[in-house]
Amino acid sequence: MIRSLSSSERQLGIALSVALALLGLVMLGAAKVGPMAVHGAMAIAVGVALLFALGGGLAEPEPRGDRLARYYDEPTRFGIVMTMIWAVFAMAVGVWVAALLYWPEATPLWPWTSFGRLRPVHTSGIIFGFGGNALIATSFHVVQRTSRARLADSVTPWVVLIGFNLFCLWAVSGYLMGSTQSKEYAEAEWYADLWLVVVWVVYFVLYMRTLARRNEPHIYVANWYYLAFILVVAMLHIVNNLALPVSLAGAKSFTIWAGVQDAMVQWWYGHNAVAFFLTAGFLAMLYYFLPVRSGRPIWSYRLSILSFWGIVFFYVWVGSHHLHYTALPYWVQTLGMTFSVMLLVPSWAAAGNAIATLNGAWHKVRDDATLRFMFVAAVFYGLSTFEGSFLAIRPVNSLSHYTDWTVGHVHSGTLGWVAMIIFGAIYTLAPQLSGRETMAWPRAIEWHFWLAVTGTLVYVVALWNAGITQGLMWRTYDASGALSYSFLQSVMAMAPYYLLRTIGGALFLAGAVICALNTWATMRSARAGAEAHDRPLLPGPALPEPAE
Amino acid sequence: MMPSHETLVVLAKTFGLFWMMGFFVIVAVLAFRPSRKAAYERVALSILPGADRPLDDGPGERK
Repeated sequence: MIRSLSSSERQLGIALSVALALLGLVMLGAAKVGPMAVHGAMAIAVGVALLFALGGGLAEPEPRGDRLARYYDEPTRFGIVMTMIWAVFAMAVGVWVAALLYWPEATPLWPWTSFGRLRPVHTSGIIFGFGGNALIATSFHVVQRTSRARLADSVTPWVVLIGFNLFCLWAVSGYLMGSTQSKEYAEAEWYADLWLVVVWVVYFVLYMRTLARRNEPHIYVANWYYLAFILVVAMLHIVNNLALPVSLAGAKSFTIWAGVQDAMVQWWYGHNAVAFFLTAGFLAMLYYFLPVRSGRPIWSYRLSILSFWGIVFFYVWVGSHHLHYTALPYWVQTLGMTFSVMLLVPSWAAAGNAIATLNGAWHKVRDDATLRFMFVAAVFYGLSTFEGSFLAIRPVNSLSHYTDWTVGHVHSGTLGWVAMIIFGAIYTLAPQLSGRETMAWPRAIEWHFWLAVTGTLVYVVALWNAGITQGLMWRTYDASGALSYSFLQSVMAMAPYYLLRTIGGALFLAGAVICALNTWATMRSARAGAEAHDRPLLPGPALPEPAE
Repeated sequence: MMPSHETLVVLAKTFGLFWMMGFFVIVAVLAFRPSRKAAYERVALSILPGADRPLDDGPGERK
């Protein structure tokens, strides 16, 4: 990082590190005890560590003079490392909490190891730590290549990455200490939310400034998806996290939303987190890395535009399908259900477009495990969007809601689609950024692929069975109209499925560990001063579109 | 202050309908009009390795 910064940029970095440490000091001084004080101490530690690193690097030689004519890949490398660290950590927590459901007596006595605190550590660690770092890292790569322009400056990419990871760290450590807003996927408290807004605005501005410097007349469709991800996540995050802190010197806050409006805002956020965090940004990855890896252009570029607008327009309406049979007005539930069913059209357009792209390249899918990751991702994207539309239909939801079918559906999306496309992107990027032809251990990619596919199938099939069994047991009545099963009986019936989901998750985790080690070995073996061996920057103004 | 259910239904069936359908038609026309065919094909190819410069372009080999 430091060698890639000019001395004036290093000085700016030092000023920002001091500001971060001072912010931490204010938080620590104001709160004195509790989660906010611990988080203040963390900010001080990060700020001081950066201060020492940058201060010690002031005497380092200036970066090479032609650096502005090259892509800036150090932030992408750092983002990939953080992606894999969060993947291994958060998946391990996931396997642990899955095991606790099968062996609840194994729960340690300390409060911070209870299921209720660890579960959001898993979800936030995966969504934000694993998914978010992958999105930021790949977006920096894709925006530069598709625009043929260097990132607009060299300091803000680090502000985004380090700031975002500090948010993730605050979030998961806060949950362990019992600090939560009690909003699913938005558990982090008010000061962490404000911090994320600052980081996110910096990210948006950096992305727009880089696009503005592009040397390609057209903005490739992957950038549209990344921008939808950045912009809409900001909107969702701000509205859902509007809260009044009990005191500026403490972590606890209360949302400004009340009653069913709170529920609606929460699930408007929650489902659009699925839409714009876990779908739009990953479709950007798919639309870039799948053509690049298969060597074939996207099957229909025009369809990708049409499905983009379909996805962004339909998704924002579907959140209310999380609130079927609640106090939410019936017509709002119907609205969410209708849009969920319509959403299948653009979703399958995107999945079909990806699979049709591989027509003529099936021999590559057979031989190249990296491309196979992307193919499986597209298939699971198609499967889980169909399942999502199906589960949103009110009578289906009466069977599936509150059961593990929902959890199975989410994991079909996150394991089968989101994680697979991330692994495909990492196996494409890591060698390229290390100046190599292949990963350090090419055979390990095959091992990872089959562990991941087997783990996903075991997990998802186990939870389909679990969910449908639960749903049926809860609605079985005897001749006199009484429930045939007690709730406890439905819990005991879950035992074999919970064991299977733990095994499936452990297989998936084993694959992720192999990926992390392989990525580490690949990056470590990079030649000193390795450059990505892809096309050079194109200096000069944007070319006009050819006349038609 | 809450608008009545009837008002919302009328809005949804008039403005909502034309807004969504109108947007769809505009996007479909812009994406699929024949004059853009060549430009979109060029864009789709532009990201592929080696698609950006002619084959005899300076030192270094392309894979």
